Amino acid sequence: MEDDNHRPASGGGIARRGLLKCMAWGGTGLVWSMTAGRATALGLDDVAAPVPARSFSFVQVSDSHIGFTKPPNPDSRVTFREAVAKIAAMPQKPDFIVHTGDVSQLSRPEEFDDADQILREAKLPVFFIPGEHDMLDDENGKAFFDRFGKAAQPSGWYSFDHHGVHFVALVNVANLKAGGQGSLGPDQLAWLKRDLAGRSSSQPLVVLAHIPLWSIYPDWGWGTDDAAQALAETARFGSVTVLNGHIHQVLQKVEGRVSFHTAASTAFPQPAPGEGPSPGPLKVPADRLRAALGIRQVRFTRGDQPLAIVDQTLSV
Amino acid sequence: MRLMSLAVVIAALTLAAPAHAAYGYRAKPAGHPAAPPVAPAAAKVTIGNFTFGPQTLTVKVGTTVTWTNDDDIPHTVVADDRTAFKSKVLDTGQSFSFTFAKPGAFGYFCSLHPHMTGKVVVQ
Repeated sequence: MEDDNHRPASGGGIARRGLLKCMAWGGTGLVWSMTAGRATALGLDDVAAPVPARSFSFVQVSDSHIGFTKPPNPDSRVTFREAVAKIAAMPQKPDFIVHTGDVSQLSRPEEFDDADQILREAKLPVFFIPGEHDMLDDENGKAFFDRFGKAAQPSGWYSFDHHGVHFVALVNVANLKAGGQGSLGPDQLAWLKRDLAGRSSSQPLVVLAHIPLWSIYPDWGWGTDDAAQALAETARFGSVTVLNGHIHQVLQKVEGRVSFHTAASTAFPQPAPGEGPSPGPLKVPADRLRAALGIRQVRFTRGDQPLAIVDQTLSV
Repeated sequence: MRLMSLAVVIAALTLAAPAHAAYGYRAKPAGHPAAPPVAPAAAKVTIGNFTFGPQTLTVKVGTTVTWTNDDDIPHTVVADDRTAFKSKVLDTGQSFSFTFAKPGAFGYFCSLHPHMTGKVVVQ
């Protein structure tokens, strides 16, 4: 295994570490910027990178819960459509969208239909992973995977490369066990090991999963029981960005070269960890709902520029 | 022993459905050919604030347990082994019933929120 610390410099010393560089508030949106570890050093000398990186961005949407019609949101389709309109209007056109699960409220065909139709208005490719609300049909998510899954992986997880960045889409909402939290399972962990084997540790990784891959609040099930085993497989990589949904709020943590980010919902907010009797919908007043919902743009910039994660609420 | 199990039945009925406790129990000898049909025992579990209440419910063999979702988030009721009993998804206000025909302790959980667990003890 190569050791990043003994490789020749190819982008300045600071690019050699996953160093938190800057955090700033911009309007109502949180601007979170950091050097992306080896991402900023990804250069022409890195023959293992499959495609030379170029600058690009993608958008994360999450927890659209199409079919949810209770306080504080009388129609989650309306706010989801507003979110998609914001994506379509972005000045820097994203290459694609990732939806990190809970597309629907109850896995009903008409809910998946509506989500599909609304997302088409962005005119961008969309990559999906399921949330637990998308697995409620009688066949453990078949309806979701038939419509949104990747044919090559009937079990639901998959990976792809985009301009030198490797994306891993995980499923941690299937076959959950009593008393447990999110779970990846041994088959998926074995697949992940194979998927990452042989890849240059300088290739930036983006890991997608619905339930957070870091333990946020176990009493509410806000964590994944075998996340540590998955993260161990990513440990040699210089830049790992983990994008999750499920908890309907923006939280971040940086641990070594791994940055964890949960996303806002486009349907309803949930309470801060442990605040309140349960993780049920936070019933904010109607005029404050859109400030509690949002979308996220992730920008990879070639060269020494930092990876930028910009969260934007639906109220701006 | 017999007295004890009778006491448990009365306690369970009182807890679950106090208005019908007296009606639900008839003190007739079991197996008597002239005995009128005994109303089946019933008990309730309420799902609220992402918890099952009561978390542990003790009932007599033959009792029908009904779970009702009072949360504004859907839940399910699934036996720990995923086979003994399994509800469809319960949206707000919806219920699921299961009759426990055999004695034993039956753990269950919500398959959407697996940190939600409960138990039915059948005597």
